[in-house]
Amino acid sequence: MTDLENRPDSGVVRHEPEEPIADPGLPPHELRPTDVDEKAERRAERQVAGMFLLSAVFTVLFCVSYFVFAIGDDPTMVLGLGASNVALGFCLGMALLLIGVGAIQWARKLMGDEEIVEMRHPARSSDEDREEAVASLTEGVEQSGIGRRPLIRNTLLLSTGLLGVPAIIALRDLGPLPGDKLYHTVWRKWMRVVQDVTGTPIKPEDLQVGQLVNAQPDVFYRPFNPKDSDGDDLTAAQAEARGEEPLEVPEGVELQQEKAKAATIVVRMEPSDITPSKGREDWGIDGILAYSKICTHVGCPISLWEQQTHHLLCPCHQSTFDLADNGKVIFGPANRALPQLPLMVDPDGYLVAQSDYTEPVGPSFWERG
Amino acid sequence: MSEAVTTNGSKAARSQKPSKVAGVADWADSRLGLAGAMKKNIRKVFPDHWSFMLGEIALWSFVVLLLTGVFLTLWFKPSMGETTYSGSYEPLNGIEVSEAYASSLHISFDVRAGLLMRQMHHWAAMLFIAAMLVHMMRVYFTGAFRKPRELNWVIGVLLLVLGTLEGFTGYSLPDDLLSGTGIRAANGFVAAIPVVGTYVNFFLFGGEFPGDSIIPRLYTIHVLLIPGLLLALIAAHMLLLVYHKHTQWPGPGRTNDNVVGFPMLPVYAAKAGGFFFIVFGVTALMGAFLSINPIWRYGPYNPAEVTAGSQPDWYMGWPDGALRIMPGWESHFWGVTLSWNVFIPIILLPTLAIGILMALPFVESWITGDKRDHHLLQRPRDAPTRTGVMVALMTFYGLFWIAGGNDIIAITFGLSINAITHFLRVAVFVGPVIAFIITKRWCISLQRQDNEKLLHGYETGIIMRDASGGYSERHQPLPVDEAYAISARERDQIFQIESSTDENGVEAPGSRAEKVRARLSQAWYGTNVQKPTAAELEEAHHHAEEHDHESDSELAGIASERHEVDPPVRKELPPSD
Repeated sequence: MTDLENRPDSGVVRHEPEEPIADPGLPPHELRPTDVDEKAERRAERQVAGMFLLSAVFTVLFCVSYFVFAIGDDPTMVLGLGASNVALGFCLGMALLLIGVGAIQWARKLMGDEEIVEMRHPARSSDEDREEAVASLTEGVEQSGIGRRPLIRNTLLLSTGLLGVPAIIALRDLGPLPGDKLYHTVWRKWMRVVQDVTGTPIKPEDLQVGQLVNAQPDVFYRPFNPKDSDGDDLTAAQAEARGEEPLEVPEGVELQQEKAKAATIVVRMEPSDITPSKGREDWGIDGILAYSKICTHVGCPISLWEQQTHHLLCPCHQSTFDLADNGKVIFGPANRALPQLPLMVDPDGYLVAQSDYTEPVGPSFWERG
Repeated sequence: MSEAVTTNGSKAARSQKPSKVAGVADWADSRLGLAGAMKKNIRKVFPDHWSFMLGEIALWSFVVLLLTGVFLTLWFKPSMGETTYSGSYEPLNGIEVSEAYASSLHISFDVRAGLLMRQMHHWAAMLFIAAMLVHMMRVYFTGAFRKPRELNWVIGVLLLVLGTLEGFTGYSLPDDLLSGTGIRAANGFVAAIPVVGTYVNFFLFGGEFPGDSIIPRLYTIHVLLIPGLLLALIAAHMLLLVYHKHTQWPGPGRTNDNVVGFPMLPVYAAKAGGFFFIVFGVTALMGAFLSINPIWRYGPYNPAEVTAGSQPDWYMGWPDGALRIMPGWESHFWGVTLSWNVFIPIILLPTLAIGILMALPFVESWITGDKRDHHLLQRPRDAPTRTGVMVALMTFYGLFWIAGGNDIIAITFGLSINAITHFLRVAVFVGPVIAFIITKRWCISLQRQDNEKLLHGYETGIIMRDASGGYSERHQPLPVDEAYAISARERDQIFQIESSTDENGVEAPGSRAEKVRARLSQAWYGTNVQKPTAAELEEAHHHAEEHDHESDSELAGIASERHEVDPPVRKELPPSD
């Protein structure tokens, strides 16, 4: 239409056949009842003022409810809901809504409703403006001499460009380097497998077939003392001689970080149902196996256990693992089997780990290999 | 009509003596010189249509977010330091929780109006993102993104992306079990980024997950970084809106060169200002009556626990759905691991989606070769391919969104989650194609129907029997305003290359791209139905007239229902009461 000349590059060829219907122009303005009927006008005026007034009433009620309704230990309840929240929200909502509805009613019924016409102007500047702008720009660039002085230009580019490096380097201390942290958990040989929350050690005979227990390493509840090859505690001197130190109970952030890796599930199945892969034949005790609770997909703790099928389902993205078959993925977006914790029994008859997990637990990462 | 009774602003205001307002205005203008800009904008015209309100909902819910958000910051402690909860929520008393969680509980139970503000903040966030999405669809379906508004479309997409991130960082702050599970998953997502993922994670979390840094860092992003960007982009969005002037629907007197509507002052100041109070008020009512994110029920975050049915807020649902139905592919090579199963759905797919959204206006204008300014909106049916594209994208989104709730669906309807997942894996590819085809054909038949109405009038429902016993339905011409509104659209121009080779048979440079363009343009417009020409319209009316006379001579009895065959005229409507 108007801008055809702006598009010399376009291949579109336009023929505008005669428009079927000519523009009849703006329809005539229609008067509203409030424009012609004084009564209607007054009524509308009263409606608007009434809404504004009612809004003020609700604002006062808001202030009253703030002080009248108790929260905290002994909250005022109405129909099972906290009275304070309901009253404050309702009064605030009504106070605001009535202002809004009143203002719109005012605009619709009482304010002038003649439509007006404004002409548009193309966003594009005029040719003269463009030329002047280009001329100014050229003159400015010319006077700076940036085109004639490549030495200045290039050194400036170098110096400002380099400023990006400190911006990145200064962020270095956001966190430590990964190191080998993702490859290890706090589990080690002879560490007892204990119930989550209570910290009670588990004996094989405590578990029924089909039962699943959320477990944690014993060190989350009491210090771990180095053991000799039979599982008995070493004395401090013996431990020092072997270069081993007792593990303290982790606290705070450290506990959370270790928990996020060490969380384990212990299940008991019929030994005949289990098909251990090569090398894992002695990782269980009478059908009791332990697996990492951290999903190999994106790291949610897995929780949904189907006794009959030995399937464990992640509630986040529904990856499903077969615990009778080495934790293999049988459905869902995860790729890797759940890492298995090799189990044995200590001299006191409690379940303990044979070692740490033999592979990194949790979601995959680039360096994992 | 006498204007005697009306006091509705028809009289010019004339000041008798220098008023206080004039004094203030003089003071301000002497220092700021605003009169020049204000004289144009105080009575700036905005056209009226319900769909122009959708963006307003987004704007006003953002204001509600700022107000309620400031209130929450007065009590919230963005710290992962451990503390023993002692407050009014009995079941958690004496339990070790983070400061963030304890202060969120404090706001919910021990600050008056605290729970209200928390719930309003959360509801307003959902409203903000939902309104942006629907507003975006409105803009696309009606062609309001076309030149000169492409940049405002791009800003809009950025706003949607930032709004989504703002939502994620926000609902992660209370450090409850559900939001902590979200952060845990986010840690897994970052780990899937090739080469740098592990390092980014350690820098982001200040070490291993969960660490004690992520919540204070998300807090800074949530209350400073993203809101700052949002404010700047919203300001730019609004400025461009004012500068370009609002688009309008075609109709009598409404052309590509004007804008018809009500002035900013007083009508839009009252309507839009009033609408702010309505959005704010509705949010307050939602905060009062509709419980949202009851963090006390989820309990504090514990990396060894999770609840069944864990789901993110709805706007994160579609990438989460993609994550759920993605097959478990992972590559191991050269001693490294590449987790396609996480990287594709959660990193690549959303990035691609943002890119596609941003590119839509530019792709369309390249294909159609249309570089003109467009200020008149198009009805979705008048751009069948475009409408089909958006419906396909919506289908794509919707199917992934369903996938994001596959466990809930399986439980609710007693279906196999495996079957749902297998179905969706296929449906996300096939569904959008089917949706595109159906939508496009649907639009085209609506175009045909429009032409039918223009040429032969609308169906009156009156059945006539002629002398030979045949039945026919009477048609009446449309009122001229309606007919004009339907016909006031441009004819589609298929891009054609005049000749790709010169007289010596040498291919012109870039002609291969031009050929592709011509073919795409043909596919884009080729099957559309064009509006009738003046000649066709006259012919049709002439035909109707003859037909009418025929039946008139035989059926004089129902003259009261005479078919009007004169050129359509505007009917005088009685003033509405």
